[in-house]
Amino acid sequence: MANTKDSQGPLWEVFVQKKSGQPFVHCGNLHAFDKEMALQNARDLYTRRNEGTALWVVPSDAIVSSSPEDIGPFFEPANDKVFRHPTFYKIPDAIKHM
Amino acid sequence: MDIKQLETNFDAKLSKNENIEPKDWMPDNYRKHLIRQISQHAHSEIVGMLPEGNWITRAPSLRAKMILLAKVQDEGGHGLYLYTASESLNISRDDLLEQLHTGKAKYSSIFNYPTLTWADIGAIGWLVDGAAIMNQVMLQRTSYGPYARAMVRICKEESFHQRQGYEIMCKLSVGTKEQKEMAQDALNRFWWPTLMMFGPPDAESSNSENAIKWKIKRESNDQLRQRFVNQTVPQAELIGLTIPDKNLKWNEAKNGYDFGEPDWTEFNNVIHGNGPCNKERLGARIKAHEQGRWVREAAMAFAEKKKERVAA
Ligand SMILES: [Fe+2]
Ligand SMILES: [Fe+2]
Repeated sequence: MANTKDSQGPLWEVFVQKKSGQPFVHCGNLHAFDKEMALQNARDLYTRRNEGTALWVVPSDAIVSSSPEDIGPFFEPANDKVFRHPTFYKIPDAIKHM
Repeated sequence: MDIKQLETNFDAKLSKNENIEPKDWMPDNYRKHLIRQISQHAHSEIVGMLPEGNWITRAPSLRAKMILLAKVQDEGGHGLYLYTASESLNISRDDLLEQLHTGKAKYSSIFNYPTLTWADIGAIGWLVDGAAIMNQVMLQRTSYGPYARAMVRICKEESFHQRQGYEIMCKLSVGTKEQKEMAQDALNRFWWPTLMMFGPPDAESSNSENAIKWKIKRESNDQLRQRFVNQTVPQAELIGLTIPDKNLKWNEAKNGYDFGEPDWTEFNNVIHGNGPCNKERLGARIKAHEQGRWVREAAMAFAEKKKERVAA
């Protein structure tokens, strides 16, 4: 229940969409006590200069992330499948665009 | 992985100019150094709101008032970016604030000087933000990822701060005799404390060596100070103001100015709590924190209540 220790509230991650159609990009984080406050604080802190037209706020502890130690094994499957890239294939010179 | 291997990986990352991220392994002293530096930077942004806040209600026009409000709000935002960057190193916001309030953590000595006239607001934007920008531009390439990203945001926002300050000085310097004197007086009082913002001379700076080795800083205190002087002297000359330094003189050979030594005894005094406004500044911070406590408690209680209602 209510913290006996003084607190700034939990941490939230903030994502901004510059304009519609573009992806939401992580821009930073902030403290807030609930989601409405998180959204308002995000607006005041990260979009004072028209940096965006839409915002997401996500509780930081809801984010699952890979860890730096397993960069190698975790992403390895992507490395040995060069046939996933268009440059892997030979196409007759006569074909200009494909 | 054993510690030797971890250290080797860390060094290799630095030498490839890759950023260190919060989850990466890092030496204890690197972490400690960053917490000290970033939180000191955060405290400076927040305490820096006070001397300028002093003039918001007395700004000479509505235009000036809106500009100053926007600038002070930006500084609050800079503090928040930097606090969360420090928190990513595993220290809580509450601990950081406690370090400030108990005097364990420092903030930039410049904010312990009073703002006596409107010209001081001009001098602060022009000189103090100018010096801060010089340091912050370098820190955009600092090795710790969250700190570097905060700096990129901050630098974007800072560019108007220096210009609005210089604009105030420009206006005063073409005003009445009294206004011109007021501008010169502000420059006289803020010049030396601004030069001190870059920190002690390289030869005596205890923290510099590690900061350079770990690529936290990429240039030394003296290098940044020199660049600031080179940039600022012509700006003063252009509006007919005189830098208060008898030893200031162009040196063709080094393509820069020679200049006098700041009074480092004064610097140390102010750092150690004996500047003109140390007590007032810290007092104001503590008061704001204490008086805000009921708001934080109420917001927390409200959030808990809503959660319960959803659960019910
Ligand atoms: Fe700032
Ligand atoms: Fe600023």
